[in-house]
Amino acid sequence: MSRFPEDLRYSEEHEWVRGGNGNTVRIGITDFAAEALGDIVYVSLPTVGEEIAAGDSCGELESTKSVSELYAPVAGMVTAVNDALADAPETVNTDPYGDGWLFEVEVADLAGLEALLDAEAYAELTA
Amino acid sequence: MLRAGGRAALRVGPRGREPGSGGRRRCCSSGPDGLKQTPLHAFHRQQGGRMVNFAGWSMPVHYALSHLESHLHTRQHCSLFDVSHMLQTKVFGRDRVKFMESLVVGDIAELKPDQGTLSLFTNEEGGILDDLIVTSTSEQHLYVVSNAGCREKDWALMQGQAEELRAAGGDVHLEVSENALLALQGPSAVQVLQTGVSDDLAKLPFMSSAVMGVFGVPGCRVTRCGYTGEDGVEISVPIGRVLELVELLLRDPQVQLAGLAARDSLRLEAGLCLYGNDIDETTTPVEAALVWTLGKRRRVAMDFPGAPVIVPQIKGKVKRKRVGLISTGPPIRPHMPILSPEGRPIGEVTSGCPSPCLKKNVGMGYVEGEQSRVGMVLAVEVRKKSCPALVTRMPFVPTRYHTLK
Repeated sequence: MSRFPEDLRYSEEHEWVRGGNGNTVRIGITDFAAEALGDIVYVSLPTVGEEIAAGDSCGELESTKSVSELYAPVAGMVTAVNDALADAPETVNTDPYGDGWLFEVEVADLAGLEALLDAEAYAELTA
Repeated sequence: MLRAGGRAALRVGPRGREPGSGGRRRCCSSGPDGLKQTPLHAFHRQQGGRMVNFAGWSMPVHYALSHLESHLHTRQHCSLFDVSHMLQTKVFGRDRVKFMESLVVGDIAELKPDQGTLSLFTNEEGGILDDLIVTSTSEQHLYVVSNAGCREKDWALMQGQAEELRAAGGDVHLEVSENALLALQGPSAVQVLQTGVSDDLAKLPFMSSAVMGVFGVPGCRVTRCGYTGEDGVEISVPIGRVLELVELLLRDPQVQLAGLAARDSLRLEAGLCLYGNDIDETTTPVEAALVWTLGKRRRVAMDFPGAPVIVPQIKGKVKRKRVGLISTGPPIRPHMPILSPEGRPIGEVTSGCPSPCLKKNVGMGYVEGEQSRVGMVLAVEVRKKSCPALVTRMPFVPTRYHTLK
């Protein structure tokens, strides 16, 4: 059974976005996505300092059964990436909302988050 | 991120080769999807097996455990695989050894009673038609197990040759075994099995075979072999009692069901070829680094199909050779180009996956002969990116066969 924390916003491409730290937001993929992908074996992330636009392809997730592109759910500059995933990509499966986060972005405008889904709307999308 | 398609669902399996039914009796039926089913099909579904098309068969790719969990469980404990889709053939008759040697590269005559070997069916051009296990049983027949994806081809090959031999006055005839086939693989596989058999399994070395009762099911052929690099057995069991045997084996908490996904990554870590990917009709045994399968007497006599092509390759040069690769970056997958240190394409990956045990990307592929030395640093092109790949001796993970010292 997938879980969708109430304090996160969600994209239709199954990413979550966590605010609450000034203009910096943290991004990951949902429990639902991690389960659908299966065992994740390789994660390619954007580089720190890179400017990304919402909807840009900015990395990829490879599981034992497929490769999926990662799309930026919001626009901004990448300020951090989760380097620990290089050695332990399976963390995305085991702790998708915690240690399995992917990268952080400094957004110019937090209003971009409002365009994303809340937990209830995302739960409906995946139902 | 899920909107982008990846590749095909799973990279296992020969490039679909299984033609329609040949009208021959065998241990399978067909489902509404047109896929053939093993006698355990309903059981797989009950157990939560995710079923996929493998060479025309509906087979479980994994069950409740994920691919990686199942892989690691096999290396730590043991797993039970349904491999009933493989072709089991019995070869009877006075001339059975002569018959088999007319089709394969191995020395079948030298096999001791109940001893088996990996061998290869080859064609006149030296290409590999299939790989198979031949056991010379003490029950006056050869027991042959070959690939599901080659069932029709193998049967036609053997049947054609048997007819020819009979026409020349020879004594040979073939029978398809109606049995199901299970593989119990892993370090505790034999310990689990021992609780259900009276024979001392310590005396059944790697690549030997015996008929015994297993957990009360009489007449099972137990062969100490497998496709994982682990100790373990394959059990040929009458269809009517296979479900009962599976349920009894699963009572032991060490035993978990495993499917095609784990089978593929386990065999790759063990450096074993998948027919249709790593070897096929265009690769010779020498190119495939399977020279050890060519019987010494057979090389001298040059009396197996394709020998005039294959034998000179042993001492000469081959254009390409199968090698093991360990790479960094994204996992390598079949058909990705292999590049020389200068960036020139020199071959293609034929199998690849992240190794669950080594936590590194492993794979195999063919490269030009001069570039095949262990220790060479080549590269694999992964989605336009060049990733370093070290030519590595196989197996990648040490095998644990029960060989008598």
